[in-house]
Amino acid sequence: MKSKGVKIAILSGKGGTGKTLVSVNLASVAGKSVYIDCDVEEPNGHLFFKPEKVREEIISVKIPVINESLCNGCRKCVDFCKFNALAFIKNKPYVFEEVCHSCGGCMLLCPEKAIGEQEKPIGKVQRGVSGNVNVHTGIMNTGEASGIPIIKSLLNENFLDKELPVFVDCPPGSACIVMESIKDADYCMLVAEPTVFGVHNLNMVYDLVRLFNKPHGVVLNKCLDGENPAETFCTENSIPILGRIPFDNELGSLNSDAKIAARESNRFRALFASLLETVMKEVRHDTTVNPQR
Amino acid sequence: MKIAIPVDEQNLESGVCPSFGRAPYFLFYNTDTKESYYLDNSAVASQGGAGIRAAQVIADHGVKALLTPRCGENAEEVLRKSEVLIYKSIPGTVQQNIDAFAAEQLVLLSDFHPGFHGHEK
Repeated sequence: MKSKGVKIAILSGKGGTGKTLVSVNLASVAGKSVYIDCDVEEPNGHLFFKPEKVREEIISVKIPVINESLCNGCRKCVDFCKFNALAFIKNKPYVFEEVCHSCGGCMLLCPEKAIGEQEKPIGKVQRGVSGNVNVHTGIMNTGEASGIPIIKSLLNENFLDKELPVFVDCPPGSACIVMESIKDADYCMLVAEPTVFGVHNLNMVYDLVRLFNKPHGVVLNKCLDGENPAETFCTENSIPILGRIPFDNELGSLNSDAKIAARESNRFRALFASLLETVMKEVRHDTTVNPQR
Repeated sequence: MKIAIPVDEQNLESGVCPSFGRAPYFLFYNTDTKESYYLDNSAVASQGGAGIRAAQVIADHGVKALLTPRCGENAEEVLRKSEVLIYKSIPGTVQQNIDAFAAEQLVLLSDFHPGFHGHEK
């Protein structure tokens, strides 16, 4: 049975559904825990946690550098690059740095050993502390093609305390960057809004977690009285509903002041503690039923 | 002079394709001999860098002028460094554009978009 070091990913099909609200508050009620902000294009978990003792690490990728005096213009590198990051201009390869995916293939392939590598910074990782929570934040430089190297560094086991539960605040959507964020997760929480549009977005991440064969459940956020299309979707597809967060003035106000609701109010502390308990129960249930995971 | 035009269909009476990098075909046309041929655009299904690859094909075929309604910054860089001039195509058929080019009625394209990287939907 696994409860120590359990990794829970929080995701949604679009931005603004409440991934950070859920992640930040769950980490805050979990005692000693780890919060990882993988939304590297616009990380905002740190605005709530305001971590201290922050250590910073620059994340770089390797991009090719052509040594023109060694290049004989055979063009193998250009024809090989499936990202079209190399062009062949006036008999010499030319590198489009922002299109390069740092696969290193051109360098391996070059028969003349005319391609070297140089480091190109694409962002940074910050690791700090807020109360009982270790806060890890990935920040990508504006305009970079892929945040995946930053996420790989964030989720590197060597930087994580294996005894603590981990909450992974994912980027929105269901693209590569989200796949990288949930790859090692033990459980996926899908946050959904009570609208038809919300259902469409929920369906995207629902497809994704099934593709990855991840145990999952839904948190219904911004709940109002009356019909909830996201809830209907869950019922129809037999997806467990982990909890409901009300569309609430006080919660909205606390959140927009960058305060952590569970640290400010007993009512919300109870709400997120109950949500955490439900999730941990689901995780334990799943590891009992599917021990191979 | 050899010119190239991104096209939706393989005939001179169809329109110019609104996209350069993702056009299905390229027409290559020799204004001296009036000879022409079409080529499938191998960049059409590229994950990224379609403009770079398409521009590469244009340059590799010894083209001196490209007629297109639009062109991205990366493609423009490849074409400029390869000394291919980029002219702004006009509404109308491919043939009308060839005629306009021959009559020196086309102007050079001056604005290049920064691309749709990841925002094509």
